[in-house]
Parts: sequence; C-alpha cells; structure tokens
Amino acid sequence: MEQSILPEIKKAAKKSLKARENELASTNKQLEILNGGPFAEGELPYFKDKIAEIGHAPLRPRKLEILQINVGYMCNQVCEHCHVDAGPDRKEIMTRETMELCLEVIRNTGAHTLDLTGGAPEMNPNFRWFVEEAAKAGIQDFIVRSNLTIIRANKKYYDLPDFFKKHNVHVVSSMPHYTRGKTDKQRGDGVFDKSIKALQELNAVGYGMPDSSLRLDLVYNPSGAFLPGDQEAMERDFKKALKEDFDIDFHSLFAITNLPISRFLDYLIASDNYEDYMYALVDAYNPSAVANVMCTNTISVSWDGWLYDCDFNQMLDLKVGSKVKHIKDYNEDILNDRNIVISQHCYGCTAGAGSSCQGTVA
Amino acid sequence: MANSYYDPADLRKFGKITEWSEELGTKFFDYYGKVFEEGALSAREKSLIALAVAHVVKCPYCIDAYTKDGLERGITKEEMMEAVHAGAAIESGATLVHGVQMMNKYNKLSM
Ligand code: SF4
Ligand code: SF4
Repeated sequence: MEQSILPEIKKAAKKSLKARENELASTNKQLEILNGGPFAEGELPYFKDKIAEIGHAPLRPRKLEILQINVGYMCNQVCEHCHVDAGPDRKEIMTRETMELCLEVIRNTGAHTLDLTGGAPEMNPNFRWFVEEAAKAGIQDFIVRSNLTIIRANKKYYDLPDFFKKHNVHVVSSMPHYTRGKTDKQRGDGVFDKSIKALQELNAVGYGMPDSSLRLDLVYNPSGAFLPGDQEAMERDFKKALKEDFDIDFHSLFAITNLPISRFLDYLIASDNYEDYMYALVDAYNPSAVANVMCTNTISVSWDGWLYDCDFNQMLDLKVGSKVKHIKDYNEDILNDRNIVISQHCYGCTAGAGSSCQGTVA
Repeated sequence: MANSYYDPADLRKFGKITEWSEELGTKFFDYYGKVFEEGALSAREKSLIALAVAHVVKCPYCIDAYTKDGLERGITKEEMMEAVHAGAAIESGATLVHGVQMMNKYNKLSM
C-alpha cells in the first residue's frame, strides 16, 4: 500500500461507509464492481461458469442446518475489513416484533444451529430477552458471535460471560492475531488488550477450558489483502501464543477469508489491491469446497426480517430467490427449493480449504 | 510489451512456463510444491527460509510471493525482518570471508 493513503483510510474508517456517504455504501455499485473489471474483460471466469464446470450450477441448498439471524448493524467497533459496514452510527436494529417472528421459526425449524450475529448483537436492547426465549427452544447449538471488546465496553456488559453461561450459549469471537500490532491495525487501537481481558474473563467462568462444555471458538480473518493460511497451523500458533503470553484457552480457530464486499472492498480498491486479490481468490478456487459452501445449509435473516442465502448476500441486498422472502411468510420446504443467488464475491467461499462462518469447508 | 524487465503481473503467469516445456515445467512445480510441504521443517520455517533466499538472490517476484505467504501464515514482520538479516549476514559474510583470500595473496606477494 502507498504509505500516503494509509492515514486517509484510517481516519475515514472511524465511520461506516454509509455515514460517510461513500459510493460503496450502495450495493448496486458493489455488484457493478464485482461483475466488471477482469471478469467483464474475460480475464477471469464468472463464478457461475466456474461452478457449472463441475455441475453445480445453479447452486442449490442441501438440508437446512443453520439459522443465522443478524439482530442489527450497530457495533461498538468500526473494523476496517467489516463486511457488514457496522459501527456505532448504524441504526438498523431488529425490533421485538421481528424477534417474535424469529422465535416462532426457531421453535419449529429443522435446523440444529442458531447463530446470532450483528454488528455487536449484544447492543440490541432486546438481546437478552431474545437469548432467554431462544434458549428455551432447546436448539442443539446456540451460537452468539461476540466481538469480545463489547464485554469490556461498558459496565452493563461486564456480566455477559455469566449470562452466556447461564443460557449455555456457544461463544464465537473474532481475534485477528495473537499480537497487539496486527490486531489493533485491523480493528482499532486498544482492541487487543480489551479482547485479551474479555477472553480471560470467559475462561474464568469456564468458557474454552480443555474439558469444558462451554464452547469458545475464535475467528481469524487476515488483516489485509491476503488469504488465510492453513487453519490447523494457525490454530496451533494461536493456542501456543495465547497460552504462553496470557494463559488463555479456547477450543477451535476458524480461519475465514475476507470477502470482497463492503468495507473490505473499499480497502482493496483504495490500497490498489483489488485486482490482485480477485486473481488470488480465483487462483485458489477449490472445486471440492463448492458442495459445502455456507449457503447450502444456512438461511440468513436480516434485522428487518428479510431472508438471504448468507450474511454476505444480505449485505449486498441479494434476497433469496424464492417466493418466500420474509420471515413472516417463513416456510422451510418452499425455501429449501430455491436457486442460490451468486456473484463473484462467492469465490471467497471456495478459495483454498473453503471458508464459512464455521471455518473451512473442504 | 512492458517497458521494464520486471512486471508484478508476470508473477501470476509463472505457471505458464509449463506451456513451452510441459515435462520439465510439471516436474519443477511438483518438486517445488513438495519442498514446501510440512516435513522435518515446518512449512512456516520453510517460508522464512524462502524469504531470506529471495532477498539474497534479489528476486522481486519471490520477495512479493513470500511476504504474502508469510502474512498468510501469521508470520510477524519482526520474524520476516530477522530472516532477511540472516540472509544478508550470510551474504556479507560470504563476501568478507574472501578477505582471507585477499590477505593470503597479499602476504604471498609481499616481501
Ligand atoms: S467486524 Fe465485527 S466487530 Fe468489527 S465492526 Fe464489523 S461487526 Fe463490528
Ligand atoms: S457468498 Fe454466500 S452465496 Fe456466495 S458462495 Fe458464499 S455463502 Fe454462498
């Protein structure tokens, strides 16, 4: 990256693209970029043609296993790579009425996993009520994606580790690196120290300990225009460093590829890395990851109740290609009989060992 | 035609060398791939060795490739810089150890 643009991006990154009225806040603009450039010029193949080679076009769901609900785009952080364009300035928050509709679905779904995400889901004023109600549905695996710093952000969140424990929530948290420099560069100054403190507090109530049933997994996203390395090797390095330096335990590490949308797309373009990154994604295309990409077993629900194939499509406003498009009309059989909406960002899910919210897929 | 000897975009065309000599190209890439697998040395250690050698042979393509490879493996910039110094130290040491040859010759020729 040119040294001179770094401070510019850093300064701008304190606000969401939306608040900055950046042109990439428009999903049409993002899709135009994803469909143009080296793809329009025929230098790189479109994702649909690539998966057609192995008989996967149109891409179809398998059995629904994961219901992922995004309870709002508000967040205490403004990470540079965020695909949600989340931040304190985002006002899109799921209402209690929409949560009621979600609970109805949670009680009747065939999915074994419920996955709450955001923004920082904890910032939704009805978050605790929602977790309490959802936990009663007895779903097998109940995930909350917590960014860790929220636990230390304000006194009212200090008891979150106990709250999660009480409802047997599976905590999945992002941690870009085990060194301070890299973490703070991607997520903001002070994030590393707060995250370490939050992890220690989760450990203290039993989360992430070797034989504990209170699951604590970490998510690793590369802090820049490169792909994640081998998930197992990264997990080994993270475990060793976090244990030796901070006496922290956790269960698994999920290595997740940054998809070229939203703020990460903005970063790629501003740092003149976009083309190289798309080449790298296409180059790393792994046909054996296609059958298990996340959208084949997941439905994503937005803060306002719309249904999507995944959280990425949600951020691109690509609603499901089904006559059921909203949680109020939810019908799993009808939904499962759909073609998944794809574009070139999907190459992020099929690169290398593949990538999903649960880590590698191939 | 590029007006410079090195074009960063050429790196992603590296695989094309196989087109003009299928057998040798394929054998090279098989060998190359095998070398960097986990072995008695970890793939991470080999990545750092590759980075050091890339600097010693001053190959801009290899420097780009192994800086990125290091980032992907979570190698820190401090580790990368130490690897570069290890390469540089050997390279300058290799120059300086020839100073002994110079000394020998000097002594032999001098009365
Ligand atoms: S990446 Fe996560 S923690 Fe960072 S701004 Fe986005 S939602 Fe918030
Ligand atoms: S981006 Fe979404 S739709 Fe595309 S492959 Fe990944 S999970 Fe599926």
